[in-house]
Amino acid sequence: MSATFAAPSSAIRTPLGEFWRRFCRQKRALVALALIVLLILAAVFAPFVTPFDPAAPDYDSLLDGPSAAHWLGTDAYGRDIFSRIIWGGRVSLTVGFLSVALGGVAGIVIGLISGFFGGWIDGVLMRLMDVLLAFPGIILAIGVVALLGPGIDNVIYSIAVFSVPVFSRLVRGSTLSLKQTLYVQAARCIGVGRTTLMLRHILPGAMPGVIVYASLRLGTSILTAASLSFIGLGARPPSAEWGAMLADGRSYLGVADHVTLFPGLAIFITVLAFNLLGDGLRDALDPKLR
Amino acid sequence: MTVTPNSGLLDVTGLRVAFPGEDGPVTVIHELDLSVAPGETLALVGESGSGKSVTALAVTRLLDFAGGRITAGMVGFTDATGVTLDLTTAPGEVMRRLRGPEIAMVFQEPMTSLNPVLRVGEQIAEAVMLHQGLGQAAAMVEARRLLDRVRIADSARQLRRFPFELSGGMRQRVMIAIALSCRPRLLIADEPTTALDVTVQAQVLRLLRTLQAETGMGMIFITHDMGVVAELADRVAVMRLGRKVEEGSVEQIFAAPQHPYTRTLLAAVPVLGSLSGETLPRAFDNEGVHAQPQDTVVAKGPPVIEIVGLTTRFDVRRNFRLRARVHAVEHVSLSVRPGETLALVGESGCGKSTTGRSIIRLEQPSAGTILLDGEDVTTLDHEREARLRREVQFVFQDPFASLNPRLTVGFSIAEPMLTHRLARGAEAERRVLHLLREVGLTAEYAQRYPHEMSGGQRQRVCIARALASKPRLIIADEAVAALDVSIRAQVVNLLMGLQQRLGLAMLFISHDMAVVERVSHRVAVMYLGQIVEIGPRRAVFTAPAHAYTERLLSAVPVPDPARRNRSMVLDDTEVPSPLRPIDQPPILAPLVQVGPDHFVARHSVGGHY
Repeated sequence: MSATFAAPSSAIRTPLGEFWRRFCRQKRALVALALIVLLILAAVFAPFVTPFDPAAPDYDSLLDGPSAAHWLGTDAYGRDIFSRIIWGGRVSLTVGFLSVALGGVAGIVIGLISGFFGGWIDGVLMRLMDVLLAFPGIILAIGVVALLGPGIDNVIYSIAVFSVPVFSRLVRGSTLSLKQTLYVQAARCIGVGRTTLMLRHILPGAMPGVIVYASLRLGTSILTAASLSFIGLGARPPSAEWGAMLADGRSYLGVADHVTLFPGLAIFITVLAFNLLGDGLRDALDPKLR
Repeated sequence: MTVTPNSGLLDVTGLRVAFPGEDGPVTVIHELDLSVAPGETLALVGESGSGKSVTALAVTRLLDFAGGRITAGMVGFTDATGVTLDLTTAPGEVMRRLRGPEIAMVFQEPMTSLNPVLRVGEQIAEAVMLHQGLGQAAAMVEARRLLDRVRIADSARQLRRFPFELSGGMRQRVMIAIALSCRPRLLIADEPTTALDVTVQAQVLRLLRTLQAETGMGMIFITHDMGVVAELADRVAVMRLGRKVEEGSVEQIFAAPQHPYTRTLLAAVPVLGSLSGETLPRAFDNEGVHAQPQDTVVAKGPPVIEIVGLTTRFDVRRNFRLRARVHAVEHVSLSVRPGETLALVGESGCGKSTTGRSIIRLEQPSAGTILLDGEDVTTLDHEREARLRREVQFVFQDPFASLNPRLTVGFSIAEPMLTHRLARGAEAERRVLHLLREVGLTAEYAQRYPHEMSGGQRQRVCIARALASKPRLIIADEAVAALDVSIRAQVVNLLMGLQQRLGLAMLFISHDMAVVERVSHRVAVMYLGQIVEIGPRRAVFTAPAHAYTERLLSAVPVPDPARRNRSMVLDDTEVPSPLRPIDQPPILAPLVQVGPDHFVARHSVGGHY
């Protein structure tokens, strides 16, 4: 029963406890969460869980199909695909989390300032965001990488940049409506300063939306990172990255489908899991759907 | 089959209603019996959560759409042809046929029960076409006739207006017009006047009474206001926690209530005129304890707050050009001494809240001076702002919205102390517990979140929070208006007790004349942004010198059915809008003294007065 997950049924029902209780009712989101936790654990403990060195070639078994030794087969250099996918998870998850964190924090700060102060500050910041928003995400990312040069760090920055406008729009919207709430007015009457007002009274109210969007954004970011690697702007060749693995396997489509199939599946499952988690979080955080 | 009693209209027997809960269904109405005869008005009275509205939903079976279920009992309804139906089992098709021509409803919120994008005439005509089978043109003629019937002046023009162009009272009259469009035999009115101002409420109540006399319909009137009950009802059913605790004729209930709950309910109702023989305010008597007069005013020294010529205007711009101005507050001057309560009364839109909000600078005043303890705080630098925010505290009307739902009550109370660096750590904690005790709560509440508390408890927390910075003045903006009657009396007593102990000055903003009579030393009456009368409470209430004050006082419902048919000096005029073209500022003139400390406006304010 879901009761085991719920906070102890004390008299005090904290907002966090309420949220967890509702989240536990979302079976699909729970499965997605479990999958994501598994992925993270596998990525963190990659050296201990992978049967082979992801970079070590084995010229005796090139493009082998799945077998007892190589569960997901081997690629053109005889490297174990299963091991490479797990190591690749490290790269993908790092890129996802870091880029969303960077973009999210920048977006939150911009959104808060924009919504709270309004006026010309709002005008300038939002026009800036509109400019970023006008580019299709992947084009913007390619542009930024082209400017900074390829490499995984730059992929993180570029994806962060195209996450900023959406986060800032989201936070600005909540800030505008929360600014009008009676409890924020009450806090102002008491003499609470601007920074405290923003961080203590407004930001927590905007966070549910941010959390939901961040989890959805993680999926998109991982996908974009894979796309950038696929077109050769992301991870450099020896490193195992899902998008790069797809690119490598492209030449062998029809000969050894598993070389592209399994990294593709990894991307698909990971993005799906983050999206399902996002849906679950939204349902659990939205009081109207109770 | 048992023989069911038949009153000729509605007979509810053994009704039980349940809603799905987390641990199975929760029964909210228990074994309820009610009956309404044609031409009779049954008042359903009780506090929030007593099941009054759910009962109405069950009778109309709108309950089906609200998620509830009737689990036992019968709702017998005799229709126009004399056939008695059991509404609990009637199929949806039958219910849809009944709703409108036979049973009509009027809800509390006239703002939300009209469709904002359809003209008023279209909405009335829609109901007429649906149930009377008239054509478009004929329905419009009928709609106009209905508007005339609910005493809406200039009905031909009003038909073409949108709901947002009408005032609350007009909208409620439109709702009544729609409800009556099919000549229902039973009208269920769920708190139809609660959201309205007293003078408008008096108009709507009188209208309902006349219409009932004309059509002979039965009426269920749901309310928490005993004053309204006394004005309107033939019989009264008192509900509590989903059960009917007492039922009787209105005279019986008011003269000799049997159930202790009915007695508490009646005792808590503030009666206008109950202090007409006393100069000082006095708290409500509580459990036999006779309250002492509130002799707390310190006459010597400067007033805590003094505002001179305060003016707050809002510019209305279209295409960047100034088109008109809302004259929310016009040249208001007043002062409050330590230990004194000045009540600011008036109807919605008169500028009383804006006055309070301008003092605390939630709105920016356009002109005037504000003196705090003799020091000018009209323009705020960092230091003056801190001082103003420490010494003047605001209590809002809605205790549900004025506390941050994500912070514990204890933290909310401590916040002013932390903000102004008055206390921290263990010292702040100790003060929080002390303040909780001061407002009649226990220490354990400090750990709770606002949603775990009732409205009355939350308002106590808001008061404790207001006290935390040791203020000299508290501005209470309709602070008790959202509370149930019995809770309202407790909170009023709490505020008065605090004034006695701490010598607080209070600016009590309210539309409730009976409560104002209880709490205030002096009263200022506002109309269209100006003070039209200001003076000692006793003088203003017993000998009002301004026609508007008189109108306000006469519109207050009297909780005594014996005095129901007193002649009412009511007019159906609407309060004019404070929105004026820029080249037409309102007329201003100094107030004229008519008695000791008693001043009144003798110039024309807004056309009517």
